[in-house]
Amino acid sequence: MDTALEDRFPTCPLSLTINGKPYTLDVHPWTTLLDLLRSDLELTGTKKGCDHGQCGACTVLIEGQRMNACLKLAVTLEGAAITTVEGLGTPEEMHPVQKAFVEHDAFQCGYCTPGQICSTIGLLNEGHASTREDIRELMSGNLCRCGAYTNIADAIEEVLADRASYREAAE
Amino acid sequence: MLDRSKIVGSPVSRIDGPLKVTGAAKYAAEHFEPGMLFGHVALATIAAGRILAIDTRAAERLQGVVKIYTHENRPKAAYRDSKWKDAVALPGHPFRPLENDRVLFDGQPVAFVVAETPEAARDAAGLIHVHYAAETPNTHIVAEQHNSYEPPVARMKQFLPPPPRGDAEAAFAAAPHKVSADYVLPGEHHNPMELFAATVRFEDEGRLTIQDKTQGSQNSRDYVCGVFGLDPDKVIVKNDFVGGAFGQALRPKHHLFLAVMASLDLSRSMKVEMTRREMFYLSWRPSCVQTVSLAADDEGYLQAVLHHAVHTTSRHEDYQENVANWSGLAYKCDNVKISYELVKLDLATPGDMRAPGAASGVAALETAMDELACEVGIDPLELRVRNFVHRDQNQDKAITSKALHACYREGAERFGWVARSPTPRSMRDGNDLVGWGMAGGIWEAMMSKGEAKVRLSADGHVTVSAAASDIGTGTYTILGQLAAEVFDCPIDAVTVDIGRSNLPKTGVEGGSWTAATTGSAVQAAAKAVVKTLLGHAQSMENSPLAEASEEQVEISEGRLVLEANHQVGTAIADIMAAAGLDAVEEQAKVGPDILSMRRYAAYSHSAVFVEVKIDEELGVVRVTRVVSAVAAGRILNAKTARSQILGGVVMGIGMALHEEGLIDHRTGRIMNHNLAEYHVPAHADIHDIDVIFVEEQDQRASPIGVKGLGEIGIVGVAAAVSNAIFHATGKRIRNLPITIDKILESEAVQ
Repeated sequence: MDTALEDRFPTCPLSLTINGKPYTLDVHPWTTLLDLLRSDLELTGTKKGCDHGQCGACTVLIEGQRMNACLKLAVTLEGAAITTVEGLGTPEEMHPVQKAFVEHDAFQCGYCTPGQICSTIGLLNEGHASTREDIRELMSGNLCRCGAYTNIADAIEEVLADRASYREAAE
Repeated sequence: MLDRSKIVGSPVSRIDGPLKVTGAAKYAAEHFEPGMLFGHVALATIAAGRILAIDTRAAERLQGVVKIYTHENRPKAAYRDSKWKDAVALPGHPFRPLENDRVLFDGQPVAFVVAETPEAARDAAGLIHVHYAAETPNTHIVAEQHNSYEPPVARMKQFLPPPPRGDAEAAFAAAPHKVSADYVLPGEHHNPMELFAATVRFEDEGRLTIQDKTQGSQNSRDYVCGVFGLDPDKVIVKNDFVGGAFGQALRPKHHLFLAVMASLDLSRSMKVEMTRREMFYLSWRPSCVQTVSLAADDEGYLQAVLHHAVHTTSRHEDYQENVANWSGLAYKCDNVKISYELVKLDLATPGDMRAPGAASGVAALETAMDELACEVGIDPLELRVRNFVHRDQNQDKAITSKALHACYREGAERFGWVARSPTPRSMRDGNDLVGWGMAGGIWEAMMSKGEAKVRLSADGHVTVSAAASDIGTGTYTILGQLAAEVFDCPIDAVTVDIGRSNLPKTGVEGGSWTAATTGSAVQAAAKAVVKTLLGHAQSMENSPLAEASEEQVEISEGRLVLEANHQVGTAIADIMAAAGLDAVEEQAKVGPDILSMRRYAAYSHSAVFVEVKIDEELGVVRVTRVVSAVAAGRILNAKTARSQILGGVVMGIGMALHEEGLIDHRTGRIMNHNLAEYHVPAHADIHDIDVIFVEEQDQRASPIGVKGLGEIGIVGVAAAVSNAIFHATGKRIRNLPITIDKILESEAVQ
């Protein structure tokens, strides 16, 4: 006879910050960050495309680093600061990367897009990409079945160039 | 008057873009209902046989499980096949989830768990034990092709091979140059990024509002109403945002049936989201074996074309697509024989996948054309130019427009084709072999019946509505542009309301016909609004437009004016005020011009040029440059149109180099049902892609001159890549995908 699920697997307390907002939650030990966001918190901007870490649609930023939310158990994130696509900008006030994606038509169906955008910001934070070749290589964890890759690379190149000129201006 | 394009044709950014890039766009699984239950499907682990028993005891004991459905307790659904047939159904018996103990394919749903949480449903599905009497499956098309048959019932008349013309066999035998070969294509899987899902809101009085991943909200609505005997007025299906589909979401899938079934049975709202693995057992591009034989004279003029195609279907339905007929109309030839058959295998029913039929058939034809060019000893582009044809010889009809010469010319120029050295293995870049290949593409320009409603408010705001879908194609944006053009307003002043079944009637989004159909309906409805407005203006005292006909007026800067003299006119707000109206609304219905279709056939065309670089030691192929030159009528939006072609090219590169559904033929089971082992092109696989549009003025293809762009981008790409690989290596590989192992087997590379 199986014991009740709750007895076998009590929930765990979890405090973390999502898009600047503090949350105090009780989560099951098996709940991934992706399911926590999408199901429990109804933050559906983060997408589920495979649930296996193979497609990148669920990419979010954990302390500024890009991560597949489906591969991260929520309980391991005590005290962490998470940023999802909802935390970057709104339709009225978009983040520069979001604007560049719209301008360059760097998506079609839009489903991989939040992951591509979070991944782009992670890429910028890492600071390793300087050429188009780098962008292609370092963005390869984010699949786009609509095939918007060249436009995504254009969008990221533009943001990189803007950043470089901003830095030059600041120096 | 509608060609004064300011907004139509220009590269307007997607109007739904800001919602998509901020995560605000909601897809089918992203809706929440109070008290909602979650479903998870248990899948068959054999490919053929019977279910002897299903043990659900352990699953039922799991906390949170509400009910488990199998074929033994499934609620009743329609008896007749006709009730199960959706708008895109095939000859044969539609699949009925949990209908009986038969297993027809690997991954078939055999049980459905409903639980309070998605985790409980998934966990319980894994605890269900099914005992089978397995039979030996047949899943290998090459091994089974001797059992092929002509489909007894045609899915569509135009899929039937045209009658033979001339004497292809005799002409082939007599010709001085000939090639003949078999081409084998594996099954491919659409893999849109969004998982299939449905969220069903169970409402009072048996009303349902369903968010479904579908390419046709009305098709899903009609299906559930047919299967469950529901009143169509009480069911609304929505698909405001569709995370890719590529044909896979044309027909309703089991998730929709099961979600609605459980919702009705339990009187609760339901959500069902598939797994990625589950999506490999839905419709797929069928594995296909083709024999193409071409013959030419010494100048390369085609003397004979023979094309025989055989592709897979399931045990229960005859899936059909137009694979081979393209060979009878792409080039001029008077001796043509085309045949087309199916093979039944123990696999799920295949379905339409981006350029169904053409992607496969033209891949074989255009590879064979390259082989013929080598055999005759002329440039492959020149071979195609010489065999240009202005007429559809299959149907003996004129062609509405065919700017293919311009595609050849502009594509070749942009690519730099003239610098190509004809000999294989003669171009290098360091350690890389360089290959340049090209191919032609063709797709039927279709228009179907469709309706749209347009409303112009006194304040100048415009609302466009139709039950159309935007699966990433840009439907929202182009419909907004078409309306903005008629009303001379910024696109921000247009609201596009689509993706809902209770809007004006629209067919499924597929076959590249949405822009032509719904776009024409929107334009017709907008024109009707202008006409009505003119009527109201003429009812005003001393109307300056009193003598004007509807052809003589247009809207400019918020006024209805004479086209010839914008000084003469009346403000829209004043016309409506005088008529006591807040808004003018009209609905229009369009359809193909049957009379014109008797005389004309409409196609979009393309020429694709590809450069590959191949590491000689590793056999790694990189597609470094692609130029796709497309003639597809009028381009409504330069930005989204280009994206459509880019996407087709990327999927074509996947077809050429990566994509293959791998089946263990001993068990009949799909082995690589995930995105790690079924490789779709990633960023690193895609380099430069250049798109050229050669515009055509073609009001015969559709009233707005549009031919559609969803399919043409992929057609010919795999052949162009394959031909480039031949040019680089001297190795002709006729079974796709061209993976490293096949290249390294090549003696030429070693």
